[in-house]
Amino acid sequence: MSTPAVIFIVGFLAATLRVATPLIYGTLGELFCERAGILNLGIEGTMFLGAFVGFAVGYHSGSLWLGVAIAAVAGMVSGLLMSLLAVRFGVNQHVAGLGITMLWTGVSLFSFRLIFGESKVQPSVDPFPQISLFGDTPIIGTIFTQYLLTYIGILLVPLVWWIINRTRFGLQIRAVGENPEAADAAGLNVYAIRTYALMIGGALMAVGGAFLSLASVGAFTFGIVAGRGWVCIALIIFANWRAISVLWGALIFGGVQALQLRLQTLGLKLPYELFLSLPYLVTILALSIAGRNAAAPSALLKPYRRE
Amino acid sequence: MHIVQMRGIVKRFGDLIANDHVDFELESGEIHALLGENGAGKTTLMRILYGLYHADEGNILVNDQPVAIHTPKDAIAAGIGMVTQHFTLVPTLTVAENLALGEKGSLTLDIKQVERSVAEASKRFGIPVKPDVLVRHLSVGERQRVEILKALYRNAQVLILDEPTAVLVPQEVDVLFEALKRLQYSGLSVIFISHKLHEVMDLCNRITVLRDGKAVGTVHKNDTSTKQLATMMVGRESFGVTRQEQRVQGEVLVTIKNMCAEDKKGLPALRNINLEVHAGEILGIAGVSGNGQAELSAILCGMQKPSSGQIMVEGQDLTGAEADVICATGIGRIPEDRHANLVGELSVAENLVLDHLQDYVKNGILERNKIQQQAGKLIKDFQIKAKPRDRLRTLSGGNMQKVMLARTLSREPRVVIVSQPTRGLDVGATDYVRSQLLEQRKRGAAVLMISEDLDEIIALSDRIAVIYEGEIVGIIPNSEATPEKLGLMMSGSNIEKRKQEKKRVQV
Ligand SMILES: Nc1ncnc2c1ncn2[C@@H]1O[C@H](COP(=O)(O)OP(=O)(O)OP(=O)(O)O)[C@@H](O)[C@H]1O
Ligand SMILES: [Mg+2]
Repeated sequence: MSTPAVIFIVGFLAATLRVATPLIYGTLGELFCERAGILNLGIEGTMFLGAFVGFAVGYHSGSLWLGVAIAAVAGMVSGLLMSLLAVRFGVNQHVAGLGITMLWTGVSLFSFRLIFGESKVQPSVDPFPQISLFGDTPIIGTIFTQYLLTYIGILLVPLVWWIINRTRFGLQIRAVGENPEAADAAGLNVYAIRTYALMIGGALMAVGGAFLSLASVGAFTFGIVAGRGWVCIALIIFANWRAISVLWGALIFGGVQALQLRLQTLGLKLPYELFLSLPYLVTILALSIAGRNAAAPSALLKPYRRE
Repeated sequence: MHIVQMRGIVKRFGDLIANDHVDFELESGEIHALLGENGAGKTTLMRILYGLYHADEGNILVNDQPVAIHTPKDAIAAGIGMVTQHFTLVPTLTVAENLALGEKGSLTLDIKQVERSVAEASKRFGIPVKPDVLVRHLSVGERQRVEILKALYRNAQVLILDEPTAVLVPQEVDVLFEALKRLQYSGLSVIFISHKLHEVMDLCNRITVLRDGKAVGTVHKNDTSTKQLATMMVGRESFGVTRQEQRVQGEVLVTIKNMCAEDKKGLPALRNINLEVHAGEILGIAGVSGNGQAELSAILCGMQKPSSGQIMVEGQDLTGAEADVICATGIGRIPEDRHANLVGELSVAENLVLDHLQDYVKNGILERNKIQQQAGKLIKDFQIKAKPRDRLRTLSGGNMQKVMLARTLSREPRVVIVSQPTRGLDVGATDYVRSQLLEQRKRGAAVLMISEDLDEIIALSDRIAVIYEGEIVGIIPNSEATPEKLGLMMSGSNIEKRKQEKKRVQV
């Protein structure tokens, strides 16, 4: 059974799950924000912050899980800041989000230098181990040898669906995202609900970032997030703001990315920029098909203010 | 006993005083009307009671206890519920979900359980709703029932209804009044806002009148008359417009031939419509709402295309023409939904020139002075209570309607298409709008007026076409029109009769 084709496909599927993981976290995080009516363009910066905080804490404490936890807390702080700007003061959401991305990018790089200095060797940690769910079973065993965070991410998808569609809090999120006036008139605290949604969203984004530094790479580099936050913004539209579809979106994008990496190693005589741009081309294509009948939350981008 | 007392309420918006030391008392178990011209401050006062606005001065007592109402949550806790002028439901949620929204309780939401208790409440209060449908699939009347049930579901002792009947057809109004009287009997107190004096006299026990933000008095129904109420509202007595005697009919300006159209769901909405409108006449289209008026108006305004047939205006074929073409041809449109045709974030002045901006642009740059001048003139001519620079969304409902009218009629269009021209307008403004429409007729314009208000139809129209299930079931001259006769035609009785006769013949 170990023909090269099978090895290729199995490796490809395993890589797909790995690449999709940070996207799943980021997109689920963005989902909370957008369902509550806030477009959070701070996602790219929040993921970067998560990658940095996770790495720094993991490196110094020796506990990678502590790193993940503190990264989540940092993500909550990022969500709180977004809430302060976009919810409390009604600042334009694009401006607030981009501002936050720039802020955390700067803060993370600066703090990294401060903590680790300009050393010649890149500081690194031993990344999370991969866990084999099915032992040595051929094919399945290889595909499901993944990080614990990947399994958690996949389980988060139905959980988030359940929270948004089956809990009181989820109902409130949907209400403030669709019609804040109505939510207000029903006696809900629109500001508070949007703030909670942003904080949960921020935590998820940051964990997605921490996955990159603590699992995928084992180090923190300048290009570690590399636009994944923006991909998440696109995936939300592709998923039509539905939790379950987020998984498919992330897998498709992850798949194309994994394929692209593999094709490069095959040594095809094509400019490698073409491979690099492949995932983005597919995203644009998918968006222009799926995005046409997308139904965004009605109050997205609209700050809520009472006279 | 007083269930609600509002004392010395003051609310300012900038230098405008919307409520000026208003005192208001609601007795337990009464239906109390709040009357006043457009912009008198009725909605503002009620939004304060419900915690949507904050009063600058004054205090509120519920059951003789002072209460601080900062948010709707506080109001709900104090037993107050409100159905606002523009509904506040989440269209993408189901009825049950909307009702469960503000509720506290378990973390998880057992929606089946909520649906059961909503169904139970619906039965108990006698307000029929379907718990598991999405709100966006409901008609306006159904949505209103959901709003009322939402308040009652959360144990409201006081129910505020802001112009509930403005969006209802006569039959629905009857049903609403029955329900309210039944609820009153079981102890509910109601505050009812309306511009229709006969409704107020029919339903309410006491009436408080606001004028320019001040409470001018509270009267008992038995001690007053619609005349006196009107006088209290605006300070003058007689109302109503008189249509000049039948004029010589001018040439035909609008011809609609064999027009058919479909509604949004693709079902036939208009069947074989044939109409002619002459210069110098008002043709009224009477009918119960939902019988094709919306589609007729949309087609004539260029917002929808007919599936077959022809529309000729002054000899020009305008079948399926776009809105801008129709606009340029000199047809004035006053559509039903003013919110869709005005821009809330723009100023009154900008809204007033919005559909003929080309007249106010020089080398691609807006001529601000000219716009301000024009706005000043129209505000004066049409008695709009606003300043040119005010954001449109801060205007009261009636004044928005005046902005619409001013924009359209100031250009002296040859043909005027108007739909529900006086919905939500106070008595004075209604008179004013109607006299403006008669003015167009006198000027020689052809006016096609769609209205569900029979009094309006009879008061203004030279000829009346009755529409039923998308068909014109008859056209009669004003001299033959009585409310009874029109009512019968509107309910489709002569059509049904004809069908039965046909059947009998076949048998
Ligand atoms: N949010 C606001 N900002 C500024 N002005 C406002 C605001 N809300 C209301 N106003 C002004 O306060 C006055 C009272 O408005 P209100 O809506 O209470 O009138 P109303 O009696 O309900 O009229 P209508 O019968 O037309 O609904 C109006 O002049 C209106 O322009
Ligand atoms: Mg009002």
